[in-house]
Amino acid sequence: MVLLLARRLTQAALILLGVAAITFVLLYALPADPAVLLAGRNATPQTVANIRHQLGLDLPLPVQFWNYIVHLLQGDLGRSFNQKTAVAPLILARLPATLTLMAAGIAIEVMIGLTLGVIAAVRRDGAIDRLVMTLSFVGVSTPQFLVALLLLYVFAATLGWFPMSGYGTPAHLVLPAFTLGILGAGWYARIVRSAMIDVLGQDYVRTAHAKGVPAARVVLRHALPNALLPVIAMIGIDIGQFMSGAVVVEAVFGWPGIGQLAWQAIQQVDIPIIMGVTLVSALAIVLGNLLADLIAPFIDPRIRAG
Amino acid sequence: MTAPVLSVEGLCVDARTPQGARRVLHDVSFALNAGETLCLAGESGSGKSVTSLAIMRLLAKSSLRVAAGAIKLGGQDLLALPESAMRRLRGGDVAMIFQEPMTSLNPVMSIGAQLTEAIRIHQGAQDAPARARDMLDAVRITDPARRLAQFPHELSGGMRQRVMIAMALSCRPRVLIADEPTTALDVTVQAQILTLMRELKGEFGTSIILITHDMGVVAEMADRVAILQGGRIIEQAGVVPLFTAPREDYTRTLLAAVPRLGARAGEDGPPRVTTISPPTPPPGESPVLFVRDLAVTYRAHGKWFGGGSALKAVDNVSFELRRGRTLGLVGESGSGKSTTGKAVLGLIPFAGEVALDGVPIAGLSTREMRPLRRKAQMIFQDPYASLDPRMPVAAAIAEPLAIHGIGTASERRERAAELLRRVGLSPDHGSRYPHEFSGGQRQRICIARALALEPRLIVADESVAALDVSVRARVLDLMLELQETMGLAYLFISHDMAVIERMCHDVAVMRAGRIVEAGSRRAVFEAPADAYTRELMAAVPVPDPTRRPGVPLIPE
Repeated sequence: MVLLLARRLTQAALILLGVAAITFVLLYALPADPAVLLAGRNATPQTVANIRHQLGLDLPLPVQFWNYIVHLLQGDLGRSFNQKTAVAPLILARLPATLTLMAAGIAIEVMIGLTLGVIAAVRRDGAIDRLVMTLSFVGVSTPQFLVALLLLYVFAATLGWFPMSGYGTPAHLVLPAFTLGILGAGWYARIVRSAMIDVLGQDYVRTAHAKGVPAARVVLRHALPNALLPVIAMIGIDIGQFMSGAVVVEAVFGWPGIGQLAWQAIQQVDIPIIMGVTLVSALAIVLGNLLADLIAPFIDPRIRAG
Repeated sequence: MTAPVLSVEGLCVDARTPQGARRVLHDVSFALNAGETLCLAGESGSGKSVTSLAIMRLLAKSSLRVAAGAIKLGGQDLLALPESAMRRLRGGDVAMIFQEPMTSLNPVMSIGAQLTEAIRIHQGAQDAPARARDMLDAVRITDPARRLAQFPHELSGGMRQRVMIAMALSCRPRVLIADEPTTALDVTVQAQILTLMRELKGEFGTSIILITHDMGVVAEMADRVAILQGGRIIEQAGVVPLFTAPREDYTRTLLAAVPRLGARAGEDGPPRVTTISPPTPPPGESPVLFVRDLAVTYRAHGKWFGGGSALKAVDNVSFELRRGRTLGLVGESGSGKSTTGKAVLGLIPFAGEVALDGVPIAGLSTREMRPLRRKAQMIFQDPYASLDPRMPVAAAIAEPLAIHGIGTASERRERAAELLRRVGLSPDHGSRYPHEFSGGQRQRICIARALALEPRLIVADESVAALDVSVRARVLDLMLELQETMGLAYLFISHDMAVIERMCHDVAVMRAGRIVEAGSRRAVFEAPADAYTRELMAAVPVPDPTRRPGVPLIPE
């Protein structure tokens, strides 16, 4: 267990180093010169040169990369071009909102997806199964903004149950979380259904029936735990996805999370923020997968041994 | 005479197919008397498993349906019971154990949880853990308290089947249905499980329906036997009359096809199937396969950055094999016999000396190895898994020729047709796909593919283990015929002592990676020198109900 953790952490560090290298290269591949952007439209060539020197952009590339990594290790993600402040605190300030939305979204999609997936698998090829599969297809293929606008129209504008946008109370959380959750639930329903169909055909499920275990208990106690591994892996991926990928939802609902920050930064070509957000989401993806790897042995004792 | 415990009357089962209902079980009737072991015996597709699942009412609803008949347990018709009442009977009055102990226990639940569950469902919660421990004691599992906390993957196959039996008997069922309970187990473990079942039958007052394809197991276990063929019971009799005076032709064929240990006593080689005189190898001809001090080591993973412990799967193995002869490698699972087979073909890294036709293969590059690969081919255990389901069989047979760039496309097609004829199939079958053939036919196709490159050596790894006995005998005859006509050398790997005895000139018995005894087949079988060889031979079920061996039960 400790060895697994150590190996995974080493892998995680290597992946993050790779991501840092790629974002660094991308920065240089951009047509925009950060010094020019920072200096503003009316700057003299001398000012631009000064800024370039200040930023260390006149140093050889490997040295710049080294400096960049050293700063990263100290938690320094650079300074925003537009907001003239350090990037790290900007992202940190957005973290609670993003984490809250992520947790709520994942909770909703897992609950809906698990329930529907299990029912569909048990009633395989029946009317309920077809309905669930159709719904999940709609779920995975509908654009986020459309669902967001529909929910807004029905529950905020017409019924007035929830606020249109903003952040702060649990009521504000409901619509954005459901937008994420409804769409994600489609994936989960499909994964759970196919995993459950596989498990329900296994010999040990037949054994459980043969010893007289009630049908509901066979499904929930014998089959479901064996079908959970892919779900855990999917949650690990979603943690990373929602960290950066909730851009649309955050924009529509005015949710002050990291997605919104990234969205604004892209519009303003604020490269340090874009790089910072990229790194943070990479970190989230790596941590999410690590978390999934750490939970898996508790579900499947065979992994504990290996 | 008292009323039977369980009686099946006129049972018919239909399979749902796209073409409508197809009857798979025709008017099956039998009765199980108290304290009796009734064997349902037959080959694959005979309907024996369908019968047992129908009794449990566990037929897959989407594909199988009971069309007619009654199944009476102590006067009540199981087919007429509501599902809730049937569920209470399952595991309580009628319990079942299955073929695959490896997959029949839930991998994420502890042994204790699975045992106590059965007890709780049928007998209430009080003292379930204590009773679970008693049951593990009853099936002679050592250290039961520790086993309860373990998970299935931590137990051996034999132990898992003991756990299955403990679970099935925990509620003292009136009827125990055992569906091929020992087929997946090693022969010495099988002997243990069969002995255990015999002892527990009396102890728990259970009657047993034993489903098996193995007439040796039937002879050892049954009081009465019902022979199934094509979904019908064709003959039903006491075990001794059935073996001594079978009425039906099919029963006679089935019994005749059973390989009997000792059947070749007094002979030096396998039976002759052609009139071709065996070629006398010129003196000084190098052996087709020469092996000295072969060792294969697996590195166990899990240590921090390498440095794992090494596991010797094969150690200090030496033998040689000459043209036209067969060397049998026999042993139980984990003995290293398959690993040896792969190593001599250069398929896995090894240490020691291996020479094919006089050419050492150690340290050869993939390219240097290529011409040698033509000399040696392999036939695998599972004819279903070793053919590409999307490739017509003629293309599969011609593929080795194409890979080695031999002949034009049309020459290769001709060769494939000729090979199909050679293994007893029609050349017209070449355009068909593997799923259109039976298991025996598929194994013939695999043999044809192995012959395409005109090899001198064929490594046959459990090549007939998956086949029904009657089919098995014909495939073995084909292999003998090919050996006599083509002078092939076989390295014949099998766990089955009787098959080894029939096929081989020489035998090497393997255990835990080493050869414990080697010699001519006659010497090894007629005067086994090693205790393990004798144990293996004693454990083979004898297809003769008058000679039941008394294998002592050893706790595991």
